[in-house]
Amino acid sequence: MDLPLIWAFILAFAVLAYVVLDGFDLGIGILFPLMKRAEDHDTAINTVAPFWDGNETWLVLGGGGLFAVFPLAYAVVMPALYAPIIAMLLALVFRGVAFEFRFRTVRWRKTWDRGFFLGSLTAAFAQGIALGTIVQGIEIENRAYAGGWYDWLTPFSLLTGAAVVVGYALLGATWLIMKTEGPLNREAAGFAKVAGFGTLVLIGVVSAWMPFLQDEFFARWFAFPQIVLVAPVPILVALAALVLFRSLANHESERRPFLASLALFVLSFIGIGISFYPNILPPELTIWDAAAPDSSLAFMLVGAVLLVPMILAYTGYSYWIFRGKVREGEGYHQHGH
Amino acid sequence: MFEGFDPVLLARIQFAFTVSFHIIFPSFTIGLASYLAVLHGLWMWTGRQFYIAVFQYWLKIFAVSFAMGVVSGIVLSYQFGTNWSVFADKTGPILGPLMAYEVLSAFFLEAGFLGVMLFGLNRVGPRLHFFATLMVALGTFGSAFWILSVNSWMQTPAGYVIGANGQFMPEDWWAIVFNPSFPYRLVHMVLAAYLTTAFVVGAVGAWHLLKDRSNEGAKVMFSMALWMAAIVAPIQIFAGDQHGLNTLEHQPMKIAAMEGHFETNRDGGMPLTLFGLPDMEAGEMRAAIEIPNAGSLILTHSMNGEVAGLDAFPREDWPNVWIVFFSFRVMVAIGFAMLGIGVWSLWHRWKGTLVEASWLQRASVAMGPMGFVAVLAGWITTEVGRQPYTVYGLLRTAESHSPIAASAVGASLIAFIVVYFFVFGAGTFYILRNMARPPEIDEQGPRPDEPIRTAGVTPGPHMDEGDNPSAPRPQPAE
Repeated sequence: MDLPLIWAFILAFAVLAYVVLDGFDLGIGILFPLMKRAEDHDTAINTVAPFWDGNETWLVLGGGGLFAVFPLAYAVVMPALYAPIIAMLLALVFRGVAFEFRFRTVRWRKTWDRGFFLGSLTAAFAQGIALGTIVQGIEIENRAYAGGWYDWLTPFSLLTGAAVVVGYALLGATWLIMKTEGPLNREAAGFAKVAGFGTLVLIGVVSAWMPFLQDEFFARWFAFPQIVLVAPVPILVALAALVLFRSLANHESERRPFLASLALFVLSFIGIGISFYPNILPPELTIWDAAAPDSSLAFMLVGAVLLVPMILAYTGYSYWIFRGKVREGEGYHQHGH
Repeated sequence: MFEGFDPVLLARIQFAFTVSFHIIFPSFTIGLASYLAVLHGLWMWTGRQFYIAVFQYWLKIFAVSFAMGVVSGIVLSYQFGTNWSVFADKTGPILGPLMAYEVLSAFFLEAGFLGVMLFGLNRVGPRLHFFATLMVALGTFGSAFWILSVNSWMQTPAGYVIGANGQFMPEDWWAIVFNPSFPYRLVHMVLAAYLTTAFVVGAVGAWHLLKDRSNEGAKVMFSMALWMAAIVAPIQIFAGDQHGLNTLEHQPMKIAAMEGHFETNRDGGMPLTLFGLPDMEAGEMRAAIEIPNAGSLILTHSMNGEVAGLDAFPREDWPNVWIVFFSFRVMVAIGFAMLGIGVWSLWHRWKGTLVEASWLQRASVAMGPMGFVAVLAGWITTEVGRQPYTVYGLLRTAESHSPIAASAVGASLIAFIVVYFFVFGAGTFYILRNMARPPEIDEQGPRPDEPIRTAGVTPGPHMDEGDNPSAPRPQPAE
């Protein structure tokens, strides 16, 4: 049994779960200033209020999991991403409490709303930069990061930063279509069209650029016969985009745009996975180089096999309890506007 | 701007700062989660309205505290990598799995059921809501279990072999998780969390009783909190003593620093130093106030037992004696003050004057934040006492840090300080404002006049009709 490989999949799943789950609640923060009516802010927040703690927990599993499963990768990547990681953490601190505090004050609500927006934006942008930095390659010598403090700052990483921001906005907008009604719902459909278009363009540019960053990537995508195996990914992306825009245009289903956006994320993620495998930090550090000893991985696997299904079950249950549309505050109905 | 600073020192300050901020919240929410579960259970069992009223009162405070604990905890889980990457690489195979177990078994449990707990009494009914409350309490306890295991292993490493590349490799997981100091540390910390919460709850109850002696909710808070103090404070002092004996066995140098014991007592007993000014340069205690032979009695249970002094260890291995000596004294003093409040409350109970006991109540208000001070002092004692090692005796702090320039560590330290003071300052303000309001008998967790929000609120009207037609009202047993 190849434990490092199994764990690479589990960890990839945790990161993907984080991206799509916190993605939509960060996206709502990113869209916050664009929502015109004050009451829509409350409604939008209430659509994610019961979930955000749980969503963010996947980030802890991603970070903690990397430490546990691939300590060497963790030890190399964290110093390499020092500034974006610190920015992300501070942004998440800010955003997380803004979430709680905005309801506890009238005078300061505007301030916390801004904090919620800026925190969400910064966290998303920093995550995108982190992704871009890893994709373009990290300098390693003697089991340690050997690059400079600003290596993360490149045109490519700024591009991936923007791509993640716009992509999260798309997830947020399509989530709102699913979870709200009335003016906010219509407004969200507008956001979704713009963000959907932007996401596709950015996925396209990043995908076109990526193969030229590292030789490995180029070979992976354009050499025969792999090209046959990897071709479905861009084809499915096109298909998901088609579903997204058709469902936004004909208003048939309010769930479909969100599912199509999720599909775009999952496919992009698979695309990155195809480029990376078998490395965890390309070009040099493989999954097996970076992995903790089998005894550590086996010990954790027992827990993961028992607990991850339980976590998924009660996370699903929590989403089910709070299923359905979130309506505007109680007063709205009572006063019969 | 940080040229000339030592990056290791800056990284240590950063870790100390962020961990000190973080520990405030878990040490409060561990106790509060259990308290909420007890209140919920008492309400269902007795049907008395004031139990659920007090529950709803503290639930709102719990929500804010929990959120701050979560976000400040995320920071810590990444800081091992950003500032201590060599430590992360070397200890990852051992500590990583323990922390992964924390996330898998505890963190998700808390976060997953918190949504139900905060929103759902009307939505899921009292039984399931009670279950969610229990799960959150269990989650906080699970978190404590794993994190204390991690911390204890750094203090008393066991069950490992050193592999290639200098990594610690696991050999016996049972020995790693249940390393020699772990049981003592876990008990000491959980009791500390219970006492901390009890004194906060007691202070709030006392504050409102001083203003209104008939407030049922305040009576419940005050009485329950002081039962906790009376029963748990002596147990904690005993647990602390046992923990000290364990430390003497495994980390004698730390005990020497805690006691300010510079010279090994070769003839005669070791005194107990109540107060003094440690002088590390000269290797002696100035202006000492001592009880002869008491140190030997406590640590060896014999009048003249020999206890190793700092002189038994190489100078470069000493922790900062001044910090360890004083933080230990602060912790112990607060522990005995808590015991005093507990005994005092028993006397009033015996006389039947607990509700009218103004001076006890004033003292309780003053003692409200002291649990946090004691927890912080205890952490400083044990963590500074572990220096100059990150893994005691095996991996030096100076060899654990990331290849990061002082300017980066310094700049991020400033960013943390600014953001933390702003954010957690506001959080403390909201919590105190909540506490300033007396508990009402028909306390609603969530304020119904506010829009639905994360820290609660009646979700019923906001949800789809027909999902839950009868919207079960709580039906406690009579």
